Amino acid sequence: MIRFYGVTKVYPNGVKALDNVNLHIRKGEFLFLVGPSGAGKSTLTKLIFREELPTRGQVLFNGRNVARLRSREIPYLRRKIGMVFQDFRLLPQKTVYENVAFALEVTGASSREIKRRVPEVLKLVGLEGKANVLPAHLSGGEQQRVGIARAIVNNPVLLIADEPTGNLDPETSWGLMELFQEINNAGTTILMVTHARDIVDAMKKRVVALESGRIVRDEECGGYRHED
Amino acid sequence: MRIRTLVYYFREAFLSIFRNSWLSLAAVGTVTISLLILGCSLLLVVNTDRLADQLESSLEISVFLKDGLKQEEIRELNEKIRFLPGVVQVQFISREEALEEMRRSFGPRKEILDGLEEDNPLPDTFRIKTRRADQVVEVAEKVASMDGVEDVRYGQGVVERLVVVTQWVRVAGIGAMILVGAAAVFLISTTIRLSVFARRREIGIMKYLGATNWFVRFPFLIEGMVLGLLGSLLAAVLVYTGYLSLVEHLARAMPFIPLVSDGQVLFSLLAGLVGLGLFIGALGSTISIHRFLNV
Repeated sequence: MIRFYGVTKVYPNGVKALDNVNLHIRKGEFLFLVGPSGAGKSTLTKLIFREELPTRGQVLFNGRNVARLRSREIPYLRRKIGMVFQDFRLLPQKTVYENVAFALEVTGASSREIKRRVPEVLKLVGLEGKANVLPAHLSGGEQQRVGIARAIVNNPVLLIADEPTGNLDPETSWGLMELFQEINNAGTTILMVTHARDIVDAMKKRVVALESGRIVRDEECGGYRHED
Repeated sequence: MRIRTLVYYFREAFLSIFRNSWLSLAAVGTVTISLLILGCSLLLVVNTDRLADQLESSLEISVFLKDGLKQEEIRELNEKIRFLPGVVQVQFISREEALEEMRRSFGPRKEILDGLEEDNPLPDTFRIKTRRADQVVEVAEKVASMDGVEDVRYGQGVVERLVVVTQWVRVAGIGAMILVGAAAVFLISTTIRLSVFARRREIGIMKYLGATNWFVRFPFLIEGMVLGLLGSLLAAVLVYTGYLSLVEHLARAMPFIPLVSDGQVLFSLLAGLVGLGLFIGALGSTISIHRFLNV
């Protein structure tokens, strides 16, 4: 589904974030992207999302070169990708329901669609009772559930989660991982950037490790660190 | 476009307007002032134009003849003038008739002119009317060069002066309008910039959610246009009511000044003002959208 061919990314300030990366993410996969800060993990997700353009090489999404998309096609690429952030990025003045509905409104969905889809997704993430609550009145874990609901409400084919449990305690994190596993079971490809070692070790998924912009390890059923 | 989306655009636009209510008010105010200036100067121009038209259409050329011309020569001159291009009417007024006319215009004090019959100082005169006002000068010059003509008068200067005044009003009005209009565009773009700034977080999220650029821009465009529309409507109402009361007062105090009051002219003028207000608003927000909204 996503292919990186010899992708190098050099930022205008001279920092080389990615160095000749080759990667193939298959449909339906659950993939952990690990590595120290500054290894290029975020840059890699930004290239898929077309927030950044590769300096060299190609990024293909469903066979299309992402860099070649016209600017008016970019929103439609992004609608196929759900984003979950470490800091949730919810709109504080909107309720849980409105935050999730916003993702549909932005794509020009009809009222009927919104009324049908939002409760469905809220139920899936376990927040059906908190639809009319403001994010500030929710716990961190619940806020992230809203973030996940918003990311999947458009039925994306890919879910990119950038350290989704970075601000949460271990117990809450496990609850969220179960939710991600459920979403993955329903067919959504998941690319998760994380530093949570025990989670990576326990989930037994494909692990891609980046260091200084290079892929240093790519193994199925991997752990956070290479057992040596 | 779905109704829900439209509702969303307008709700966001009005929320922004109320969020920056003081700046919005200032922006509306400058639009009003600039269009008020434009409206007033346009009305002045329309009226002076019409006044100039009326003056021009009442213009006639007076040709004063030399003393002692024979009947024959006068008739010949009459023929020559009649066949000049543009001339529609030639009237001969003998010196006796001219004196009689003057006596009548003096009314009750006509005895001042008593005793002038013996030594009438007035010359024989032709009065010429032309088809169009701009033919007056040409005809007058041709007639002046004819034999037996002493002098030619056609109200030189009056028309020219009126045209100059009209021109000046036009230039000054448009100059002031452009200055204040530029200030209005600037203020609207500042208002929109603040709105963009206030919603930058939301805009970032919208981009992540796959909003099209126009979906992000539209509320800001609407916001600017609403500000322009409010300002121009206010200006139109002020110009209209002000002008109507002026017409009414003048009709009583100075009935000889004919003010333009037909609905067609006024309506297109006001509609023009409102259209221009919308344009100013759209321009102001477009500037900000391009500079500050990197979608």
